[in-house]
Amino acid sequence: MTTNYALEIAGLMKSFDRPAVNGLDLQVYGGEFYALLGPNGAGKTTTLRMVAGLLQPDAGDISVFGTKLSHDPLEAKRKIAWVSDEPMIYDKLTPLEYLEFVSGLWGVDPVEAERRSLDLVEWLGLAPHAMERCGGFSKGMRQKVALAGALVHEPQLIILDEPLTGLDAGSARQVKDVLLSRVKRGTTIIMTTHILEVAERMAERIGVIADGRLVAEGTFAELRNRSGDENSTLEEVFLDIVEGNEERSDDAAVIGSLAA
Amino acid sequence: MSATSFAPNANSIRWYAAHEARLIWRDFASLVTAGKPKRIALVGTIIAAFVVGMHAFVVHLLKGQLAAGIAADKATLLMIMGFAVMLGSLMFSQAIESVTRAYYARSDLDLLLSSPATSRRLFQVRTSILAVQTTVFALLIASPLVNILGFMDSPAWFCAYLVIMALGGFATSGAVMLTLVLFRTVGPARTRLIAQIISAIVGAGFIISLQAMAIMFGQGFSRLALFTSADTIEAAPALDSWTWVPANAAMGDGWSLLFLCAASLISLIVVISYSTGRFAEDALATSGLMESKGKQKAFSGFRKQRSIGAVLRRKEWDLLKRDPWLLSQSLQQLLYLVTPGLLLWVHYGQGSGIYYVVIPVIVMAAGQLAGGLSWVTISGEDAHELIDTSPISAKTILLAKAEAVVTIVGIVTAPFLIALMFFSPRAALCLAVGTLLATFCAVVIQLWYRSQANRSLFRRRQVSSKTATVSEAVVSILWAAGAALAFRHGIFMVPLAVMACVVMGVAYMLRPHVQN
Repeated sequence: MTTNYALEIAGLMKSFDRPAVNGLDLQVYGGEFYALLGPNGAGKTTTLRMVAGLLQPDAGDISVFGTKLSHDPLEAKRKIAWVSDEPMIYDKLTPLEYLEFVSGLWGVDPVEAERRSLDLVEWLGLAPHAMERCGGFSKGMRQKVALAGALVHEPQLIILDEPLTGLDAGSARQVKDVLLSRVKRGTTIIMTTHILEVAERMAERIGVIADGRLVAEGTFAELRNRSGDENSTLEEVFLDIVEGNEERSDDAAVIGSLAA
Repeated sequence: MSATSFAPNANSIRWYAAHEARLIWRDFASLVTAGKPKRIALVGTIIAAFVVGMHAFVVHLLKGQLAAGIAADKATLLMIMGFAVMLGSLMFSQAIESVTRAYYARSDLDLLLSSPATSRRLFQVRTSILAVQTTVFALLIASPLVNILGFMDSPAWFCAYLVIMALGGFATSGAVMLTLVLFRTVGPARTRLIAQIISAIVGAGFIISLQAMAIMFGQGFSRLALFTSADTIEAAPALDSWTWVPANAAMGDGWSLLFLCAASLISLIVVISYSTGRFAEDALATSGLMESKGKQKAFSGFRKQRSIGAVLRRKEWDLLKRDPWLLSQSLQQLLYLVTPGLLLWVHYGQGSGIYYVVIPVIVMAAGQLAGGLSWVTISGEDAHELIDTSPISAKTILLAKAEAVVTIVGIVTAPFLIALMFFSPRAALCLAVGTLLATFCAVVIQLWYRSQANRSLFRRRQVSSKTATVSEAVVSILWAAGAALAFRHGIFMVPLAVMACVVMGVAYMLRPHVQN
């Protein structure tokens, strides 16, 4: 099955104590850099964890390059890489050993895996530490190792949850450069971030989630047009959208209680 | 909240003691109730019932001696000394463990050492509390024996409580000094591992040595055999020897008691005064050591293409190999294999009696080892999100992890199996079957009760599921007994096998639902 979409989400729902994702519909094009924004608790991480196969949806469909996650999860996972804000790597392995292990999991040919790994550690500034165990690494270095792990099997879709949290300016710049170069090579990237400047500069399209639903979507210019102020920053546009959604939710709650 | 709810005497000894006591109490409560505070009453009732039961057991055990009256002869003093050395070694082992944790458990050390408050007082309190903790544990163990002797023989026996406190003081000061000496000699990086190994050897060593000596000198398998043998009593020092000071003190001799308590207190005060000044410095020296960089090796290239199972197994072995603390904790079970090994060696060809000891001990050790390693590989997965997002089925992953565990258990038990094959192929077959079944059940239980946890919590893994811990232990015991009985006749294993299956069935029914 061929599709233009790298990711298609339809009617996605997930509840814990209360609905975290509430009928979310979302499409991300192949080769696109998509930023997913939203206030704390909006459902961004829950959504992405379901896409990565780390959470089971209560309802709805997720397709990755036409492969339904519920039908063939392993095939879908083969195309995805997941990087969270808390990099989970092995303290007792060196970066190169970690990359060798990840390559093994995704079945990358060892010769090719070694070439890619050496390139990645060089590119991400990890070369001087390539044979040290990761246990003593700083948060930034750990994040770079995790990112290298996500890139070594050359996924078609990279999902990043707050990848720049806790990184210094230099490390953040390296990570952003690596991500942009991947997009140029046709990789699709979906990233959540609270650093709106990053979304403004890097993302081709931006989606805003609130209360588990997509409440706004478009390029930065389109979102700015929607707010009616051509000079507004993404921060102003974002706050405008989120506050507008809260007011609508409050109105709906009042109407609901009156109707009851 | 009123302004006076915060302590006005912050940074005083009392304030630190209150802080430490609160942390210890909450830690203890969380440990015994598995984080469910409502269970405290139930746990208290179970502990009380156990204590009463132990008292009844001691009355039953000593009724003959109590009726005849206990004299301060060599045989009695020898038994008391044996008990004292056993308690002392347990306390020393526990104290080493606690002192090491105080240096390496850095959850609050960064905060304390970076604060403008003097850390000297805190460490004085912390070391004193270590002594109290160590002693309370031993007092609880000894209380049924001391109480029964005190109430039914002579109140002078209550002096034994003071002797245990004195031993606690010696054990704590010894443990602190040992840790400081290790810091100075082998360096902070290796101190933790070496201290943990010494702790394990000291903890189990005394009992195992008694057993080993009893085996070597042909006095059977009993740990008490050595103390009650006529040869040992004959060879023991005279009644007026200094050797008996702790035993005499426990029986109420005032001067012995005074000497022992004074010596213990002085040793504790000296060690606390000496060590607390260095504690901060040494604790800082351990900073970052938990994240050792390991030996730098030249990059030798990626290994050739292997199966997914091989990739996962290799990872598990590498991680275990590089975590000596975890490895030493897991392999503590192997200490208990010393006596069956010795039995085989000493009694080779002298009848089949030894197999009834050798087979169950090894099967039991294998089951426990498999349980511990399974927890590490299955629940203690450091990068579970990476594994969960990889394009590999959960079944393949779990199978590879189980294979990694089974291989290690196989390597550990293989020498015994090979030796038994030469002595008695039937015994070897029973051992192989028992080990396989105990290992399989332990792995399966860990699969049913898997949860995400940090490997550093290995020693507290039992807290997360009492059902898993109990069922794992019971099944290991059943297979151990079953394998030993199967050596007599295969049919004898059937009832125990049925019981093991029932326990597994109950464990399966009580397993937590994996939430996604």
